[in-house]
Amino acid sequence: MTETQEAVPMEGIRRAPTAPAVVVHELRKEFRRRDRKQKRRLGKPKRMRVALDGVTFTIERGETVAILGQNGSGKSTLVRLLSTLLLPDGGSAEIFGHDVVSEHRAVRRLVNRVSVEASFFKKMSAAENLSYAARYYGMTSRETRDRIPAILTRVGFPKDRSDESMENLSRGMQQKVALARALLTSPVVLLLDEPTTGLDPRSKLEVQDFIREVRAQHDATILLCTHDLNEAESLADRIGILDRGELLVLEPADELKRRYGATTLEEAFFAATGRTFEDEAAEDENDEEREVFA
Amino acid sequence: MRAMTLALRHELIGLGGVVERNVYLTRRYIWWDVAFFLWTVANTLTIVFIAEGIEATGGSIDVDRTTTQLLIGAVVWAYLGIIFEFITETVAWERWEGTIEYTFMAPLSRAMHLGGSGVFAVLYGLVRAILLFVVVALFFGLSMPDANFFAALVILLIASVSFFGIGMMTAVLPLISPEKGAQLGFIAQGMLLVVSGVYYPVSVLPGWMEWLSKISPATYALRGIRDSILNGAGLSWDNVWPLIVIGVVSIPLGLWVFSRGEIHAKKHGKLKRSG
Repeated sequence: MTETQEAVPMEGIRRAPTAPAVVVHELRKEFRRRDRKQKRRLGKPKRMRVALDGVTFTIERGETVAILGQNGSGKSTLVRLLSTLLLPDGGSAEIFGHDVVSEHRAVRRLVNRVSVEASFFKKMSAAENLSYAARYYGMTSRETRDRIPAILTRVGFPKDRSDESMENLSRGMQQKVALARALLTSPVVLLLDEPTTGLDPRSKLEVQDFIREVRAQHDATILLCTHDLNEAESLADRIGILDRGELLVLEPADELKRRYGATTLEEAFFAATGRTFEDEAAEDENDEEREVFA
Repeated sequence: MRAMTLALRHELIGLGGVVERNVYLTRRYIWWDVAFFLWTVANTLTIVFIAEGIEATGGSIDVDRTTTQLLIGAVVWAYLGIIFEFITETVAWERWEGTIEYTFMAPLSRAMHLGGSGVFAVLYGLVRAILLFVVVALFFGLSMPDANFFAALVILLIASVSFFGIGMMTAVLPLISPEKGAQLGFIAQGMLLVVSGVYYPVSVLPGWMEWLSKISPATYALRGIRDSILNGAGLSWDNVWPLIVIGVVSIPLGLWVFSRGEIHAKKHGKLKRSG
């Protein structure tokens, strides 16, 4: 076990030794939204949109799984359900044997997350943001005094900028601090929701390298949601395709390509979803609400 | 037993984290705070000048006493505003900054999360209220030889528990209504002060409002503080027991209301940055 993991206050939270890291069974989530096309009237008509439709999969400890899907396919909903930020409408999800609804406190100790938006108090510095966030996980100032500079150095964050406001940092820098924040609490399950979207190519490679490093050196299980096919192929042991809330397939990249008779992951993706890239683009335009829901 | 002690330790460290975060934010926004303080001073002066205005237009009143009465009302209003603002912003500010998801997925109980905001609000509010009182009292050259400031401070601290409990109930509003929730919180704050006799005795209120004043902690806080500062009275049990009862009821009720709001937000996908 690494130094980072030893310092985690995990007492009282047990990982069942034989339990897989993540077990998702028939998970379902729908959102009700006011129908803008209907005239306003009493009773406000609502439209149901299914964000996740009976999703089932398992991730073993130490495994990296990538979930591919277009905007609004349900990737973020899945991550938010596993992060205990949403309540499912059906099915179940467990993290190391702990149910995300009834044992959410235990799950929160085991999970952390990096999302597409770095999400920090922008006037505060990187060190300040990491410091208060660590307290929420029971880490004292004595514990974080050395760990915060060390972890910032590890993600390649310049030491002389750790007291600078987050608003003055580039997107790439902010995303590195987001990775540092997630790793500071030594999660055993790391949920990455499009962590490299919007980054310049160099920052993107740096973040991907860091994910590889985390994977190689830590006993962490990673769920990576992305729409970057190359990123998924290079980082994940298995790749799933989530389309309109349904998990169509989840298997290693080579098997996935073989299954659809494709030479590239891109071809396999479009064969699996049954739509061309042009269809996807057209649907994106006509389906702006899906993004809001899922 | 050891697990319980450890869990409690983690919770208290988490509570300290919320206080720490607010200290950082106050430091980073210090000029904003200075500007708001000056605005509050100006606002208080416009209210407190009313006493001199009455005398100048022929009214017969004890100007110093009325000035002090109005000043106490304005300071308690400002203090309550700070408490409500901080607790309500526990959700609203985090949503605005985008940190709401990270905070709500952290292994910290909601009682400690909100409690951290409450502790900081009380400390920060006390500093602001004391400064405001001193600045305006010096401006008018008010003399308060009999004042029992210690008793006034204790009353304010006891009342803070009830203010915090009610603040938790209003903090849920931005959670269930991201667009209008914070404004609804201000309405609740305003209603509380209208019925509590902030600048007038509650006996001037219509019957139904006077009844409401009995369940407002601000009524007892204002009465106790005025009695201590104007008449030099000590802690009066008549003011303390209602505050304790309201505090004992409002804290668990506030937590319950907030937890229901959180469940609603998690069901409907409102626990996210953009609302």
